[in-house]
Amino acid sequence: METDSIVIRVRDMVKKFGDFTANDRLSFDVQKGEIFGFLGANGAGKTTALRILCGLSLPSSGEINVAGFDIYTEREKMKKRIGYMSQKFSLYEDLKVYENIRLYAGIYGLSRKRIRQRTDELLDTLELEDVRNKLIAELPLGWRQKLAFSVAIIHQPSIVFLDEPTGGVDPITRRQFWDLIYQASRDGITVFVTTHYMDEAEYCDRVSIMDAGRIEAIGTPTELMDEYDSVNMDEVFIKIAR
Amino acid sequence: MDNLAVDIRNISKSYKEVKALDDISLAIGQGELFGLIGPDGAGKTSLFRILCTLLLPDRGTAMVYGIDVVKNYKAIRKITGYMAGRFSLYQDLTVEENLNFYATVFGTSLEENYELIKDIYSHIEPFRNRRAGKLSGGMKQKLALSCALIHKPKILVLDEPTTGVDAVSRKEFWEMLIQLKDHDITILVSTPYMDEAELCDRVALIQEGSILSLDTPGNIMGNFQKRLLSIKGRDIYQLKNDLEDYRNTGSVYLFGQHLHLTLKDYREDKELRSYLSDKGHTNLEVKEIKPNIEDCFLELMTKVK
Repeated sequence: METDSIVIRVRDMVKKFGDFTANDRLSFDVQKGEIFGFLGANGAGKTTALRILCGLSLPSSGEINVAGFDIYTEREKMKKRIGYMSQKFSLYEDLKVYENIRLYAGIYGLSRKRIRQRTDELLDTLELEDVRNKLIAELPLGWRQKLAFSVAIIHQPSIVFLDEPTGGVDPITRRQFWDLIYQASRDGITVFVTTHYMDEAEYCDRVSIMDAGRIEAIGTPTELMDEYDSVNMDEVFIKIAR
Repeated sequence: MDNLAVDIRNISKSYKEVKALDDISLAIGQGELFGLIGPDGAGKTSLFRILCTLLLPDRGTAMVYGIDVVKNYKAIRKITGYMAGRFSLYQDLTVEENLNFYATVFGTSLEENYELIKDIYSHIEPFRNRRAGKLSGGMKQKLALSCALIHKPKILVLDEPTTGVDAVSRKEFWEMLIQLKDHDITILVSTPYMDEAELCDRVALIQEGSILSLDTPGNIMGNFQKRLLSIKGRDIYQLKNDLEDYRNTGSVYLFGQHLHLTLKDYREDKELRSYLSDKGHTNLEVKEIKPNIEDCFLELMTKVK
C-alpha cells in the first residue's frame, strides 16, 4: 500500500490516566476515502482514542500521524484539516440555520464569497432552503444531524470524525445520513465513525472493535463475520465484548 | 376494566407550536412489559413524564392503577419507579448512599426490598463505596435501575435506558427487565432501537406525537402486507441507487450488508433481474424474507407521509 494514501497512521498508541491504561498499544492505519468504523463497548477506550486523534488530548506514548501531520508537533495545522461532529453537540441551537453555516465556515477560514456559495449549495443539497432563517432549536433532530454533518465537512477536510452521529435518529433519516457519509467518502473524505448500531457497522469499509483498551479485531465486516463465525456484526461484537 | 395498569385517553400536549402528543389513547395491562418505540422527538418522554406526574397534559386524562395523574399525583409517586433518560443520581454520593437515600425518601430500607433488586444490585455491590460519578456507563445504569426499584413500585417507567449503551450492555439490561417480570411489576420502556421492540409483550410505534401501530411485535410483523425481498450484492451502494431509480420499486432500504426491497408489482420479478444485470450487478443473492420491526416502522412512516 502506498504510504501517501494513508491518512491516519497510529503506532503503539498508549494513554494512561494514573494507573489506568485507557488505550493499550493501539496500532492501525486508515486509508484515504475509507469509511472506518471504530466500535467498542462503553468504557473500552474509544472516546479517549478519538480525542487524541482529533488533537484534543496528547497520548502518553506512541507515533500518531493524522492528515499528514504529527500529533505532537503539528496539532494546530492538523485541526484545520479535520472535521468533527457528535450526537451530543453539533450546532448552536439559538443561532439560525444559515448563521450556523456561516459561523463554522468562518472558523475554518473560508472567504466571504466562498461562504455564500457553500451556504447556497448546502441548503440546496439538503433541501433546507425553506428553513434557512429558522433557529436550529426548531428543527427536527434528523435534519439537524444532516446539517451538522455537512457543516463539519464544509472546509473539505481530509478526515471527518463522527461520534455516534445517528443516536436516537429515526430509521429513515438514519439511512439518509449514511447516504451523506457515502457521498463524502466518494468525494475522497475519510470517515472515522463510532456507533452502537451494529447494522451501521456493516456499512463501513473496515471496522475495529475495542475491548478493555485494546483493539481486539480489525478488518472488513465480511472478514470479521467469517473469522468469528457469525451471521452479522451484532454477533461478532457480542462474541468479542462479552 | 379494573386490571389496567395504565389508561390513557385522548392525551394532547404542545410546547408552543410544537405538538408533542396528539390525541393519544393507550391501555396497558398489569404486569405487561410495554415498549414505546420511536425516534427522538416522537413524544416518548412527554408521555412518560405525564404518567409520572412530572408534566401536565393540555387535554385528556391518564390513570395509573386507577389513580388520576393530575388529581391524585402524590399517590402515583408512591407506586411509580422512574428512570429518566439522563443519569440523574447523585454523582458525589456512593453507590450505597444513593440507594439508602432513595429508600429513605420512600420510607423503606435497602434490607426490606433487597430481594427485588438482588439480581441487579449484586453486579455493583462490590463497588458499594464508590461514588456514582466514577462508575462505568453499564454500572450507572444498574444503580439507576436499583434506585428506581427500591420502594417496590407497581409500575416501572424507563425512559430510553439503553440510548448510547453498547450492544452487550443492552442485552444484559433487557435480560434484567425480563427477569423483573416475575415480580409482578408493570414495565414501560421507551427506546429508539427497533430490535428491542421484539423483546416486549406489546409495543406502540410512535412518531411525531401519534401512534402508528399498537400491538404485539408478532402481530405488527404479521400485518406487513407486502412480500419483502432481501438482496445482497458486491457494490451494495450502487445497487441501492439503481433500485431507487427502478420504476417498479416500492421501497428500498439498506439493512447492514443487505437491501430490503418491496415491489409495486411482483409479477415483474423477472424484469427486475434483467434490469439489475443490465446495470452490471451480477452474482446477486435474492431471497424472500420475513419483515422485522424496523421494516414495519419504515413502511408505517412512509404511509403517514
